[in-house]
Amino acid sequence: MEMLALLIPISLFLGGVGLVAFLWTLKNRQYEDPDGDANRILGTDYDDRPKS
Amino acid sequence: MATLAPSLSACPACVAAPAAEALADRRAEKEAGLVLSLPTAHCAVCISDVERALVTMPGVRSARVNLTLKRVSVAASSDVMADTLIARLKSIGYPAHELDPGLLSATETDKRGRDLLMRLGVAGFAMMNIMLLSVAVWSGAEAATRDLFHWISAAIALPTLAFSGQPFFASAWASLRARRLGMDVPISLALILASSISLYETFASGHHAYFDAAVSLCFFLLAGRYLDYRSRAAARSAAEELTALEVPRATKVAGGEEAVVPIAELVVGDFVRVRPGARMPVDGIVIEGASEIDRSLLTGETLPVPAATGTAVSAGEVNLTGPLLLQVTAAGRETSLHRMADLVAVAESAKTRYTSLADRMARAYSPSVHILALAAFSVWLYLTRDVRLSVNIAAAVLIITCPCALALAVPAVVTAASGKLFRKGLLIKDGTALERLAEVDTVVFDKTGTLTLGAPEAAGLGGHPREAKEVAAALAGGSAHPLSRSLSAALSADGIIPATVAAIREVPGFGVEGEWNGQSVRLGRAEWVGAEPAAGTATYLRIGSGRPEAFAFTDRLRPGAEEAVEALKAAGKRVILLSGDTEVPVAQLARELGITEWRSGQRPEEKASRIAALQDDGAKVLMVGDGLNDTAALASAHVSISPASALDAARVASDIVLLGQDLAPLSDAVRIARQTRRRIKENFGLSFAYNLIAVPIALAGLATPLIAALAMSTSSITVSLNALRLK
Repeated sequence: MEMLALLIPISLFLGGVGLVAFLWTLKNRQYEDPDGDANRILGTDYDDRPKS
Repeated sequence: MATLAPSLSACPACVAAPAAEALADRRAEKEAGLVLSLPTAHCAVCISDVERALVTMPGVRSARVNLTLKRVSVAASSDVMADTLIARLKSIGYPAHELDPGLLSATETDKRGRDLLMRLGVAGFAMMNIMLLSVAVWSGAEAATRDLFHWISAAIALPTLAFSGQPFFASAWASLRARRLGMDVPISLALILASSISLYETFASGHHAYFDAAVSLCFFLLAGRYLDYRSRAAARSAAEELTALEVPRATKVAGGEEAVVPIAELVVGDFVRVRPGARMPVDGIVIEGASEIDRSLLTGETLPVPAATGTAVSAGEVNLTGPLLLQVTAAGRETSLHRMADLVAVAESAKTRYTSLADRMARAYSPSVHILALAAFSVWLYLTRDVRLSVNIAAAVLIITCPCALALAVPAVVTAASGKLFRKGLLIKDGTALERLAEVDTVVFDKTGTLTLGAPEAAGLGGHPREAKEVAAALAGGSAHPLSRSLSAALSADGIIPATVAAIREVPGFGVEGEWNGQSVRLGRAEWVGAEPAAGTATYLRIGSGRPEAFAFTDRLRPGAEEAVEALKAAGKRVILLSGDTEVPVAQLARELGITEWRSGQRPEEKASRIAALQDDGAKVLMVGDGLNDTAALASAHVSISPASALDAARVASDIVLLGQDLAPLSDAVRIARQTRRRIKENFGLSFAYNLIAVPIALAGLATPLIAALAMSTSSITVSLNALRLK
């Protein structure tokens, strides 16, 4: 039972990290072109570095 | 579905104010760029081809393809014109059109969708965490541990509900203020009641807390609402795109100089130059020049009409042969085009509003849920005199009956169906259009531009002497008139090599003339050539003083028209043809397609009143039309479809837009619509069946949070899976 004191904060923290990541993707407009994103991974452009 | 609509629009509070300024800034920056529509882009290669081609052009700073919307936004210095970009894209095989970015800005900064998605995400993450804690409680956590878990759940659930539940609270409040009982009232009541009861139970270290149920309820409902919003937004942005296709500009002539100006800046008395092939931007009188004009979009006539000094022209007509100088008699809202559109608005408001299946369901649903919960409370209070227990049971009833499945039932099916139809080239503009389409038993077609392409094609070429065909090919090659172009294409497809004709000269409004073997030759209008005009569309050739030859044209059938009519007849629909054109071509087309009921020479009012008469007899009419003369009919029909080539007034008036050339998807659309309605009904049946089992359990006081969570998830998932069965 003592483990709970550790595990619960950890699970809440991980959930929080996920939420923050989601909000970040939303702010960065990453849901505007789902079809395009699915296809872009197949392209050979900017394979060596991210497009600035 | 329509019940969900007002909640979105009646919710100004949830359109977040923060970051609005930042968005406004970003929009201003975007508007400085160019937006092109790329109808053929579909894969990874298209993306990189287009972006690479554009970025290497001088003055272009960046180009980004959006494949979902089939658009490319280009940031470029102000001296880069859209035409040069379009020419470059065309040279690498991608046809593109310029879009008016001003009209598109609403979808670019799609705040409402992102707002819903944010609330959905927050609810989802909170749900996962609370479920994790609840599983521990369900599997037997006791006393202090259980209380701790309940407290943590409360700490997550209450802020989440306060944030994610806002769309429901706001719309419930709005509907209460309007003295209505919308679907959002029981939803809000269930959310608030469940969380306050659970909070009280947690204080009193009770056994049951419904935090997980409340949050997952919120999550599923938001998912339904987001799906609904997405399909709406996709339709709206494509409809906007169609409107934005016609960038409204005109060439104004002032003091001997020509300048391209927005149509909105034109005033009565201005002079406007209209090049051959362009559409009249305003109503006006021809001051200078001779030409022919194509009025088919306005009246349905296939034959071009001659225009000379003094002819009055209307906005929307197409100038065919010679440049014209117009004096503006009416511009903008005053033009006949706009007056027609206003007529449509009147017809539309007179149309009885269709109550969607979801609306009818919600109307019966809300009161019965409230009554049920209230009854549960009073009966248990009377039997046990225990307020706490009675409130708990009433809350359980509200949670269990809460319309998760009901809220997902319609949007999930409509999303699946409209996605399917979009891939077939049909764009659903109105949420209830599919339901209405499913009821159709009579289909009314317009002729020109709908069943036919509205473009003439040379017919019966075999009957002309080879010599005449060679001369005709040479003369037709020297003109951009649609009849000439079509004739020249047909002749070269026949393997005719044009004769050597010297001094070819186009006489705007009449035809083409030249010299061949020392004789003067003419190809053009009957009276100019000196021939007897024949019935139907034709152009005439005269060699020297010989007998004139008539080259006849027929309007080509739209691909898929035959299949569509056949499939509709096979499905037992009554097919009717109403056309503004003259009798001969209409009769011929009706015979060709096997349509027995047809009328020619119909004026716009006649079309509309014919449809009204059919509907008075109890028929559900689907109108398919493209011209301005069809708009009133389109607006008054039960449901309407127009091709993308239609005038925007017609597209605005119709519920569904056909994006491709092919008419064949029409019968698919009717079939899918019927299937959609069946799936929606099945979904309602499923959620009822689930209520039939779960409600007695809740009324008997046997419902636990575990049962509520199980019932809710299984019903939502079955409903969504059933929607995906759509073929």
